[in-house]
Amino acid sequence: MLEQYLPIGFMLLIGIGFGLVMGKVNEWFGPKNSNEIKLSTYESGMPPVRSAHERISVKFYMVAMLFILFDIEVVFLYPWAVNFRELGWFGFVEMLVFIVILMLGFLYVWKKGALEWTGERTKTNNSLLNKKVV
Amino acid sequence: MDQILKSFLDNEILVYTIMAFVPLLWIVPYALFAVYLERKVSAHMQDRLGPMYTGGWHGWAQTIADILKLIQKEDIVPAAADKKLHLLAPYVVFIGSYAAFATIPFSSAYIGSNINIGLFYIIAVSSVVVAGLLMAGWSSNNKWSLFGAMRSAAQIISYEIPTAIAILVVVMIAGSLNLQEINQQQSGWFWNWFVFKYPPFVLVAFLIYFVASLAETNRTPFDIPEAESELVAGYHTEYSGMKFALFFLAEYANMFAVSAIAATLFFGGWNSPFGDFLGGPIWGVFWFLSKGMFFIFLQMWLRWTLPRLRVDQLMYVSWKVLIPWAFACVVGVGLWTLL
Repeated sequence: MLEQYLPIGFMLLIGIGFGLVMGKVNEWFGPKNSNEIKLSTYESGMPPVRSAHERISVKFYMVAMLFILFDIEVVFLYPWAVNFRELGWFGFVEMLVFIVILMLGFLYVWKKGALEWTGERTKTNNSLLNKKVV
Repeated sequence: MDQILKSFLDNEILVYTIMAFVPLLWIVPYALFAVYLERKVSAHMQDRLGPMYTGGWHGWAQTIADILKLIQKEDIVPAAADKKLHLLAPYVVFIGSYAAFATIPFSSAYIGSNINIGLFYIIAVSSVVVAGLLMAGWSSNNKWSLFGAMRSAAQIISYEIPTAIAILVVVMIAGSLNLQEINQQQSGWFWNWFVFKYPPFVLVAFLIYFVASLAETNRTPFDIPEAESELVAGYHTEYSGMKFALFFLAEYANMFAVSAIAATLFFGGWNSPFGDFLGGPIWGVFWFLSKGMFFIFLQMWLRWTLPRLRVDQLMYVSWKVLIPWAFACVVGVGLWTLL
């Protein structure tokens, strides 16, 4: 049983080996005459302004949290889907209740506006734009 | 195939190594060919000729020349970069996409590892790519890289959910997570393929899967992570030479992986469309690869047909369109089978 997983280990080893060789090729065959300008961060030809490691929009974290929630729910659905025929109506109704609860949460998130990428500020800006200027 | 190899090779480790090497023997030539094809397809769709000189006949050696050029490039790690992560990122991305090939059946005789949770394994292991992309973006200490990586991660994880739910529909029909078994259930004529089952639910599930897989491989219309006009090249802006090639290879490997999964789950995988005609393990490879390549061509076609989506449209499509419809498909198939 567990032996079946052995090829995956070999696969990973081959992947790592191939990756290492590919990464080293330029050290073997490439020139080595770097200078300060060559090693500077690329910013479309401009001198780089500040570090890139700054605060990132909170929307990305929101998406990540929603993903974790939904992914866990979907993972729960998989064992059910495999045995779904044997479980019959009972299993189906059980899972329907689960999906309905999930959908209620989803609707809440939707109505709360967590799925909107453009936030309130942009919206008000739009409404200002839509107003007729006298 | 492992049985045949074992019969005349005593060494089990050698057998496993050969078995693990087979997908690489496909991916590398395929990636070379696909890059060439991408150029040719785009060129002909725009009424151009594309590469015509390198190698003589229709510029067939263009990608090989590109690889030779990349080998001779200098290995540049920016002074501001986080050296260790910068080095590690392309490996993580490549290994993530290569490991997904372990449970994809290339023919009835060849599958890397015939585990009973194959499909689940693919969904799990292909997510490793996201970690690699974030590593690449963060460690480069470059604004373009970081923006590209963040967008890419947000996009891939958003579209992971519709993908997983669309796959769930197939799992419900097949009652198995083993890809070889899913293939065997679709044998016979093409109307046995799962796309044609329970119309229109599985067809809709396939469309959801296909749209989501475009987003997961950062293909147009979902290519804002590497939008050339605003982000230069996205997360691999600061990579040069073969490390850049490794990202590229991983991306093309990923493209083939999602196409192969689409072919396996919905279009019969290695099954011949005409029953036993041109069937068997050898022809199986042909059918599997040509179905996969068809979806690759479809991806290229869409790339040169559709404009890029905005980021809010991207989130809208995933969360408000694909996920509810995917759930509707699950419930629909469930009701149909039980009634």
